[in-house]
Amino acid sequence: MEKKKRGFWRWLIASVMLRLILIYLPKTFNLASRPEISTPLVSLRRLAEGYWLKKSSMSPYAGSMYHGSPLLLSLLGPLTVKRIEGQPDHLLCSLVFVIADIISALLIRATGHTLQMAYRQSLNSLDIVDLLKSSDSLSSGDVAALVYLWNPFTIAACVGLSTSPVENLVVILALHGACKGLVPLAAFGWVMATHLSLYPAILITPVILLLGYGPDTPPRKLFLQKGYGKNGDNHSSDNCGQQETNHSKAEVTFSWRPVIHFLFWSSLWSTYVLVLCSISVKPHGSLWEMFQRTYGFILTVEDMSPNIGVLWYFFAEVFDFFRSFFMIVFHLNILFMILPLAIRLKHRPCFLAFIYIAISSMLKSYPSVGDSALYLGLLGLFLDELADMQFSFFLLCGYIGVSLLSPVMHNLWIWRGTGNANFYYATGMAYACLQIILVVESVSAVLNHDRKLRKLSVTKLRDGNS
Amino acid sequence: MELPSRLVFLLFLLLSSTKAFGSEVDKEEFQEELLLKPLPDRKVLAHFHFETRAPPCNSNGRHHHHLFPKSISQMLEKFRVKEMELSFTQGRWNYERWGGFDTMSSNNAKPPGVELWAVFDVPKEQVDASWKNLTHTLSGIFCASINFLESSSMYSAPDWSFRQASGSLRYGMLPREAVCTENLTPWLKLLPCRDKAGISSLMDRPSIYTSLYYSQRLHLTSIASDLEGLNSGIALEQTLTVVLHPSSQRTGLTHFSQSYLQPSWSLSSIFGRKVNGRCVLAKSSKVYLQLERGLVSQLKKSENYGADYIASEGYDGEANFELSVNPDRVIKEENSRNGISSSLLYEFSVDKYSNSKPFDLGLTWKFPVIWSCQQAPLHASRFLMGSGNERGAIAILLKSTDLNDSSPVANSDMDGCELRVNIFQVVPWYIRVYYHSLQLFVDDQLKAVGAFVEKIHVMPSKDKISPGMMEMVLKLPCGVKSAALTLDFDKGFLHIDEYPPDANQGFDIPSAAIGFPDFHTSMLFPSNESERKSPMLSKFQESSPVLLYTEVLLVPLTTPDFSMPYNVITITCTVFALYFGSLLNVLRQRVGEKERLLKSKAAAKTSRLSDLLSRLSAKLRGRSQEPMQSPSESSPLINSKLALKVLLMAALAVAWQYYFG
Repeated sequence: MEKKKRGFWRWLIASVMLRLILIYLPKTFNLASRPEISTPLVSLRRLAEGYWLKKSSMSPYAGSMYHGSPLLLSLLGPLTVKRIEGQPDHLLCSLVFVIADIISALLIRATGHTLQMAYRQSLNSLDIVDLLKSSDSLSSGDVAALVYLWNPFTIAACVGLSTSPVENLVVILALHGACKGLVPLAAFGWVMATHLSLYPAILITPVILLLGYGPDTPPRKLFLQKGYGKNGDNHSSDNCGQQETNHSKAEVTFSWRPVIHFLFWSSLWSTYVLVLCSISVKPHGSLWEMFQRTYGFILTVEDMSPNIGVLWYFFAEVFDFFRSFFMIVFHLNILFMILPLAIRLKHRPCFLAFIYIAISSMLKSYPSVGDSALYLGLLGLFLDELADMQFSFFLLCGYIGVSLLSPVMHNLWIWRGTGNANFYYATGMAYACLQIILVVESVSAVLNHDRKLRKLSVTKLRDGNS
Repeated sequence: MELPSRLVFLLFLLLSSTKAFGSEVDKEEFQEELLLKPLPDRKVLAHFHFETRAPPCNSNGRHHHHLFPKSISQMLEKFRVKEMELSFTQGRWNYERWGGFDTMSSNNAKPPGVELWAVFDVPKEQVDASWKNLTHTLSGIFCASINFLESSSMYSAPDWSFRQASGSLRYGMLPREAVCTENLTPWLKLLPCRDKAGISSLMDRPSIYTSLYYSQRLHLTSIASDLEGLNSGIALEQTLTVVLHPSSQRTGLTHFSQSYLQPSWSLSSIFGRKVNGRCVLAKSSKVYLQLERGLVSQLKKSENYGADYIASEGYDGEANFELSVNPDRVIKEENSRNGISSSLLYEFSVDKYSNSKPFDLGLTWKFPVIWSCQQAPLHASRFLMGSGNERGAIAILLKSTDLNDSSPVANSDMDGCELRVNIFQVVPWYIRVYYHSLQLFVDDQLKAVGAFVEKIHVMPSKDKISPGMMEMVLKLPCGVKSAALTLDFDKGFLHIDEYPPDANQGFDIPSAAIGFPDFHTSMLFPSNESERKSPMLSKFQESSPVLLYTEVLLVPLTTPDFSMPYNVITITCTVFALYFGSLLNVLRQRVGEKERLLKSKAAAKTSRLSDLLSRLSAKLRGRSQEPMQSPSESSPLINSKLALKVLLMAALAVAWQYYFG
C-alpha cells in the first residue's frame, strides 16, 4: 500500500514536470490557437483582450471577444499582462492552470477513495466479497487521478492556455464536496461551475442525490431484499450482518436536511457571486450585459468558428428561419435526458454526474478537449463498475484516431486549402459518435453491473436460505 | 370685407414671390472649372470642379430651385444633413508620384470603392436612423449599392481622428463597389447642363473610364441660415478627378530626347473631345493649367542654365513648353516661405469659345524636364501578415519620405520636434482584431506602445452588429525613419448566407485613413483676386490637413461547403437521434430482459441468419424478444406482422404525399 502511494506521488510529480517542460518549450506547437483547445469561451487570448478593454476603461464585453466570467477576468487578467524577463509569456497563467490540474487530480483521488469505501461497504453489507478481490490491486481514485493528469487532453488544455482547467476544478470541487457531505463546498463548486460555463447547472440533480443518499451504492432494492431475507432468516447468528442490515436500511432513506442546507448555501453563494460580478463589471457594464455576453453567447450559438463539436457547422449551414428551432431542440436534448437518467441511476449519483458531464461536453455549443478531459478523468472513478464495458478497445482506438485525424483535417482545410470544411466536420461527427457510444455503453455497463450484483445477492440469499 | 382681404393677400403673395425670385436669382449660382496638371510620371491630371450654390431655405419651407438639384436639396432638408461627402473611386491614388502633400491629394485622393460620410444636425439618438435613410436615398439617386451601408456592421462613428464632429458623424466604406457610367450619369444629372454643354461635355466615357485613377465626388455643405456670410445656404460641390495617360504625340525631335520628354497632349487627344463653349447657366466657366512647385523650379533652373532670363511675372517656362492657346491670366501662388518657387496657374476662360471655334488646349513640351511631387511627411502602406485562413495580422507601415526639400515643419530643433499621426481604421467584424496585441516598431525596434501613442480610442467589433474601429494618435520623433504597427486578428467564420457570391475571392478591409494634423496644405493666391474668386481656387486656399488612405486589404476567409446544407442538417440530426435513441433504449431495458434474451439464445441454436432476422424484428418492434419455441414457426408470423406494418407505413406515406405533396 505504501509503495503504491509513493508510486502515485511519483507519477503526479512526473506529470507536473511534463507540463512544465511543455510550457517552457517555445510556442508549444501553437497549442493556444488550436480550435480543439481554445474555444471562444475558454481562450486565454480572448481573456487578455477582455482585460485590455477593461483596463482601457471599457466594458470587457464591449466587443465580441470575451465571453467568460468577470471573476475569472479579475483573477487571471493581471497575470496575462505580467511578463517575467527571460520566461515564456503567460507563465503565471500556465502555473495557475498546472496548480488547478493538480488540485483537481487530488480531489478526484479523494472522491475516488470515498466512493471505493462506500462501494466496499455496500458489497460487504450484501455479502458479495468475492467481487472485491479483483479491485484490491488498484485503487480507483488513484487511477482516476492519474488518468486525469496524464490524459493528453488534459495536458493539452493545461499547456494550451485555456481556462478549462479552472472550470474543471470547480466541477470536481462540487462533486467532491457532495461526496464528502461538505455542503458549503458542494454549493460553492456548483455555483461557480454554473457561473463559469453554464452547463454544470444540470449537476444539481446528482449533487442533491449525493447529499440525500450518500455516495454510489448498488440499487436500494437489493438492500431491501437483503434486509427482508435477513429478517426472514431466523437461524442467522451473525451479529455483524444484523448491524449492516440496519445500516443499509438507514441508508435507503433520503435525508432532506443536507439538501436544504445545500439549497441555502447555493443561494448564498450565488448572491455572493452575483454581487462580486456586479462590482467587477460595474464601472462600464451591467450584470444584464454580462448574462447576455456569457450565457446568451453559449445558448445562441453565435460564433461559428470550427471546433470539435457538432453545432458550429450545423448553424453555419442551416437556413436562418430554422435556426431558433434547432437551437431549442439541441439544447433540450441535454435537458431531456436528465430525468430518465436520474430515475434509472439515482442510486449512483456520482456516475450520474459523470454521464451528465459527458453528455453536456458532447452536445455543448463550444466543446473543447478540456471538457473531454474532465469526463475521461471521472471515468476512472468507476473502474469496478465499468470493468466489463463493451467496445472499450474500440473506443480507445477511436479517441486516438480522432485526435490524430482532427488536426490533420483542420490543417488540410484551413492552412493548406486542399481539403474542405466537410473533412473537419466529419471528424467532429466521428468524435460525437464515439462519445455517444461511450455514454451509452457505460450506462449499460453500470446497469449490467447492478444486475450482476442483484443476481449474486439473490443467489447468496437463496444459498443462505436453503 | 371679403374682397379687400383677398386682394391684400394676393398682393402680398405677388410681392413675396417676386422678392423671393429676385433674391434667388441673385444667389443661386453655378460655376464650372477644370484643372489640368501634368504629373511627373508622364500622366495628366484632370480635375473637374462644379459648384452649385443655393441660398438658405426660406422660413415658409417652399423652395423653388433654378439650378440647384431638387433631389439633393430635398434630401438635405429631410435628413438634416449638415455636411456630407460621397465618393466613387476606381484605382488608387499614387501618393509617391502624384503628390501627397497638396490640396489635390488630401481632398480628392479617395479610397477605392465608395466612401460616404455625413454629419447630421439631429439629436444623437436619431443619427443612426437618419444615416440609414440617407444611404437608401443616395443609393436610389446614384444607382449604387450604397444601401449596404445601412446595416450597422458597415458603418462606424469616428470620434476625432477622421474629422471633428461630436457624435453626429457617420462613416462608411464599400471597398468593392464597382464604379461605372451608371454612377456617372446620375451625377451629371445634378449639373444644370449635364454633359451637353460646357466643360462637362469633355467627359467622354471611354476615355475617362480607361483612366488610371477615377474619382467622382460629391460634397455637400449646408450652413445654418442664421450664420451671416458669403457661404450661407447650401453648397454642392461636385468634382471628378481623373489621371489620364496621354499617348505621346510624336514631334520632330530626336529619339534620344524623346524618351525623356514629357508627352505632349491636348484636350482633344486625352478626352477625344473639345469644349464647344460654356454652359450658359454657369456664372463662370474656366479652365486652369497648373504647374506645380517642383516643375516650376525645374523650369526656372533650366532657363537660368540655358539663357540668362529671369522669369519675374509672365509666361515663364515658355522656352520649355508651348501652349496652343494663350492664357487669359497667370496666377502665381503667393508663397509664404521664401526660397521655394511657387506654383503657377494659367487661367483660360471658356466664355469666348463657341461651336465654330472650340476650345482645345494643348501642351507641347520642347525640352525634357524631370521633377518630383511634394510628398506627405510619411508614406503609409498597409499589408497583411501570416498565412492560412485561421489568423493573421494587419500591419501599418509608415516610412519617412525625404522631407529635406519641402519640409513645412520648422526642423530647427530636431530633438524636441514631434510628428503627430492620426490613424483611423475600420475593420469588418469577421476580422476579429485583438487590440491587446498592438505592437509598435519604431525604426525596426519594438517599443512600448504607451511611449508613442498619445491617444487611442478603440471600438471593438461586435459580431454581426458593428465593425471594429480604431482611432489613434501617434507621436513620433521627427527624425523617425519608419514606424510599424501590427495588430493580430482571427478570421471569423460566417453563416452560409453571409458570403458574397464569389466567396473565394476574399473579403476587403476598407482603407485606413492616415492623417497628419500638424501639416496643412493650402495655396495662397494674391488677395486682389478675391472678387473674382473661383470656387475651386478658394477651395485650394482653404487649409486642409494632410490625409492619405492606405491600400484596401483582401482577406481570404474559409468557406463552408455551399452545396451541403441538407447533408449537414440530416447527418447532424442523425447523430442526435442516435444519441437520444440508443441512450433511451439502454435506460428502458428491464432487469430480467437480458437474461431472458441469453436464455432464448441458448435455447435456439439455429442458423445465424434467422437469429439475426428475429433480433432485427425485435428491435424494430421495439419490444423484447419473446423466447421462441421454434424459429420455423415464429418467423413467418413475425414477417407477416412486419409486412403489415411496413404496408401501413407506406400507405401513410402515400397519403401524406398525395394530400400535402
